[in-house]
Amino acid sequence: MKAFFDSDLWWSFTRSPVTMISALVAFICIAGAVLAPVLAPHNPFDLASLQLMDAFKPPAWGEEGDATYPLGTDDQGRDMLSAIMYGARVSLLVGFCAVIFSTTLGVVLGLLAGYLGGRTDAVLMRIADIQLTFPSILVALLVDGVVRAALPREVHDQIALFVVIFAIGISNWPQFARTVRGSTLVERNKEYVQAARVIGLRPLAIMRSHVLPNVMSPVLVIATLNLGFAILAEATLSFLGVGVPPTQPSLGTLIRIGNDFLFSGEWWITIFPGVALILMVLSVNLLGDWLRDALNPKLR
Amino acid sequence: MIRRLFLVAAALLAVAGAAEARTVRWAASGDPNTMDPHSQNVGTVTMVLQQIYDALIARNQRLGLEPGLALSWSQVEPTRWRFMLRQGVKFHEGEDFTADDVVFSITRSLQPTSNFGIFVDTIDHAEAVDRHTVDIVTKAPDPILPNKLASVYMMSRSWSERHNATRPQNTRQREEMHTVRNTNGTGAYRLQSREPDVRTVLVRNNDWWGWADASNNGNVTEVVFRPIASDATRVAALLSGEIDFVMDPPLQDLNRLRQAGNTRVLEGPEVRTLFIAMDVGRDELLYSDVRGRNPLRDVRVRRALYQAIDIQAIHRTTMRGQSVVTGTLFPEQVNGYVREEDVRLPYDQARARAQLAEAGYPNGFEITLDCSNNRYINDEQICQAIAAMWTRVGVRTRLNAMPLAPFFAKIQRDDSSIYMLGWGVPTLDALYSFQSLLATRNGAQGDGIWNFGRYSNPQMDVLVQRMKTETGEARQAAIRDALRLYREDVPHIPVHHQMIPWAMRSNISMPHMANNQPYFRWTTVN
Amino acid sequence: MFSFIVSRLLQALPVMLVVSFISFAMFAYVGDPVAIMLGQDFTEAQRQALVQELGLDKPFFVQFLTFLGNAIQGEFGLSYRLSRPVAELIAERAPATLELALCAAIIAMAVGVPMGVYTGLYRNSWLSRIFLTFSLIGVSLPTFLIGILLILVFSVWLGWLPSFGRGDVVRLGWWSTGLLTWSGIKALILPAITLGLFQLTLIMRLVRSEMMEVLRTDYIKFARARGLPNRAVHFGHALKNTLVPVITIAGLQLGAIIAFAIVTETVFQWPGMGLLFIQSVGAADIPVMAAYLMMIAAVFVSINLIVDLLYYAVDPRLRIGRGRGH
Repeated sequence: MKAFFDSDLWWSFTRSPVTMISALVAFICIAGAVLAPVLAPHNPFDLASLQLMDAFKPPAWGEEGDATYPLGTDDQGRDMLSAIMYGARVSLLVGFCAVIFSTTLGVVLGLLAGYLGGRTDAVLMRIADIQLTFPSILVALLVDGVVRAALPREVHDQIALFVVIFAIGISNWPQFARTVRGSTLVERNKEYVQAARVIGLRPLAIMRSHVLPNVMSPVLVIATLNLGFAILAEATLSFLGVGVPPTQPSLGTLIRIGNDFLFSGEWWITIFPGVALILMVLSVNLLGDWLRDALNPKLR
Repeated sequence: MIRRLFLVAAALLAVAGAAEARTVRWAASGDPNTMDPHSQNVGTVTMVLQQIYDALIARNQRLGLEPGLALSWSQVEPTRWRFMLRQGVKFHEGEDFTADDVVFSITRSLQPTSNFGIFVDTIDHAEAVDRHTVDIVTKAPDPILPNKLASVYMMSRSWSERHNATRPQNTRQREEMHTVRNTNGTGAYRLQSREPDVRTVLVRNNDWWGWADASNNGNVTEVVFRPIASDATRVAALLSGEIDFVMDPPLQDLNRLRQAGNTRVLEGPEVRTLFIAMDVGRDELLYSDVRGRNPLRDVRVRRALYQAIDIQAIHRTTMRGQSVVTGTLFPEQVNGYVREEDVRLPYDQARARAQLAEAGYPNGFEITLDCSNNRYINDEQICQAIAAMWTRVGVRTRLNAMPLAPFFAKIQRDDSSIYMLGWGVPTLDALYSFQSLLATRNGAQGDGIWNFGRYSNPQMDVLVQRMKTETGEARQAAIRDALRLYREDVPHIPVHHQMIPWAMRSNISMPHMANNQPYFRWTTVN
Repeated sequence: MFSFIVSRLLQALPVMLVVSFISFAMFAYVGDPVAIMLGQDFTEAQRQALVQELGLDKPFFVQFLTFLGNAIQGEFGLSYRLSRPVAELIAERAPATLELALCAAIIAMAVGVPMGVYTGLYRNSWLSRIFLTFSLIGVSLPTFLIGILLILVFSVWLGWLPSFGRGDVVRLGWWSTGLLTWSGIKALILPAITLGLFQLTLIMRLVRSEMMEVLRTDYIKFARARGLPNRAVHFGHALKNTLVPVITIAGLQLGAIIAFAIVTETVFQWPGMGLLFIQSVGAADIPVMAAYLMMIAAVFVSINLIVDLLYYAVDPRLRIGRGRGH
């Protein structure tokens, strides 16, 4: 722990108020989302608790506001604050899982390509190249569409979350793979790796204990920046109506629903989820930027 | 002096010119998908085509029947109707309108590729008596034939033959048909240009026979229709003055539009009723946790679901007052409506729970409600609210809301346990609803074709048969009995009749029409 | 050079095949066009006849092979929804999308490159910080939200710019352009900004980091040591060297712009291919959807090819035949 506080990373952290603020915001978002079942004043998924008569209540400070609903209610009488907390939970879940998925896939394939070289490398990188030519949002749309078409609706609804995670995750692995491959190529020819090879370590062991640690910092940076992207991608898919099922509304779904009420004076239904989404993505992106600069001392 | 006269003349001309160009820029969410008058029986097509084409019989502002291309009609024999045609009427491209064109148009709409079967299903054939007299022969006596014929548009035989369009357009054909993008009617407006999904321009037909009639007081010279699918964009366009008339403004924006100063909202009912239909045919529901029996076959369960719905809350909050709460199958504009039968079972959660317990479901059960999310006004929101209300009395409801394409496909496969449907009545006669929705599905044309819950009640079938053949008081009695049966047997849970607010710039005035069709012949721009 | 092009073309072929299979498979079972085409009243016999005529009762692979054979001849059949040839529909919509995408790309480049150069050179000036903050917000805002907010401000509140559509268009042969009328240009502004903003921030950040990388290379240090003026160093040497990756990314992003146009066109009701695609999804209009995806794939493959060739032209090292290792 002490080593961490003594590190360059911590030093640069304390020197950047923007970073500290964004870390705080990110922490609040994550905590609020993770602890939603405990912290949220209502359970927006409990149909039996919804009262249609409470619909369209403005935020508590508004004229007709109700202290029970701090950020107002939506068209079904759902508490916006709770809906946002639960929605952020879905958004973050999709974001994190998608990033973990694409990181794992990308790192493994990148290591393989970089270390083994030859035909493996050529094939993997060609696939990555081809996929990179397609915008990841289109890939995600396609993957989501194929799965959607292949499965019956009832099955699909139950696993829709995984489908979205898979779709967003699969659309992003090439970035990781390329970076890792590049770093691996550099590391592979360094003396310590050559030495490990000479003393007869198996390629897998070399990759795991020598190459992997050295490529982790760029991966971490890409992963952080990708988290923001993944959350946005999920929101876009949900906005287009092909993302998570409406029974588990994410922030994107909430914005889509609220969008209908933007001009009619019930602005809180769309603005609050929108603000939550922007804050979340912005703070994550700021952290990613800082991490990139901090881990890349050349740029300081 | 001459120069001054010239200036005055020029000024007068300029004024006249300014008075000439009165354009209405009109938007709605959907675009007509064809210009063929006998191909698609959907509102988005009719709303444009009825400006261009005339039927034998027209509708007035209260949807009553009036002479159209036929000046008078009578039932000369039980199965033979005679129509005396208007003389001197010309199609937009100059052809004379004659009895032969009527025979042609009726024959065309009888073709299998026509989507207008329900309007001509009783017709055997049409025959010209002389140049301006036509007989239409029905297979059986059809008392409401004139109501149906008000929806069948008249085309020119020579034009259609010239353009190889003697059958209604059909996507089966590998070549594009002339009628998909071209029209030749006798109506008040001509189609000037058509870009699907982008814009459709109509211009006034100054030679229209109807302008002679003072009731057709419209002064619109040009109508530009543009589809705008997004609710928010449509409202924004109206508010910013890019659009003059929006046919389907979102309910939540009505207040804003009312208060905006330069826009106003016309309110009125549509002849369309939303209801919840149930699978009462199967022995076990497809989407429920009840095994071995079908709870919905028990009228007590149907009543329980009915009484669990707080319809006033839906009316006030979800519909913002833009609905007519109902306990019956169709609104009062429809021939056969009986006010005494338009009574709901009262909203009563305790009674709902009690009836569920009586029926053997003290702990309720689980069910999936299928619902469209882009077909009726706030359809998904209504279903959400109903799902919450049912859950509160113990019927744990999963909502399965989807776009209209998969929704209709699903219910038409009989693949639903309970679903919400909205039903319009273009003939404005009770038979249309009873026959399609509640008659036993037996393969006969029209019987039970939208009865996807497979409701089957011999009593109801007898009444439907009586509606088909009887006339006068006997027919009305059959309708009344059917409405009574509808209330007692609860084959559907009625929700409401849809209201259809129209929003427009303040300088436009037009009558609000319950068939959700604007009539530019009655529209004035100041 | 020739063999390079041929090898790239050969690589493009399987891509197209896979995409065409996906685009067909994706929608083969979604929705039911028959239900939509029949409308409210029909009989079972009519339904069966329609299913047969459309070939929807044939086995999956037969349908696919028929589709592929027709697609190669540019024949995608008739749109279920509009009953018009799909190729014609897409050709009608293509100018709208291409004009929008091109304007968005121009905005992104014209604003993004200078901002990137500036922030790369003067990393600590306050203007750079503003640019960077702006770019971060740009990256963090979803496209649809930007569009909605722009409409709210510039159309509804201020009433300056139209909120939907293309305005008046002028026909030049088969091409329709909105760039020649005042209303067309006004209608283009908001969608182009919405579409270009994300790319703008991307390009700016890319140019900035490339600039910073290049500025610390020995080669630049030598140039400075030789006493060359800053201007010559920055623009003659540094910027030139950052251009290679920028060209690549910008080229590849043109594809992204066309894809993102789906969202922008939906928000602004821009009558382009993206809107056509979304409307077709709603109506389960399989021929249009399949054709759109195939066309998008073809666009991407060609863009990729062109970028490769540009690369080949700009970076002499590639001519030795080392591929794109980078």
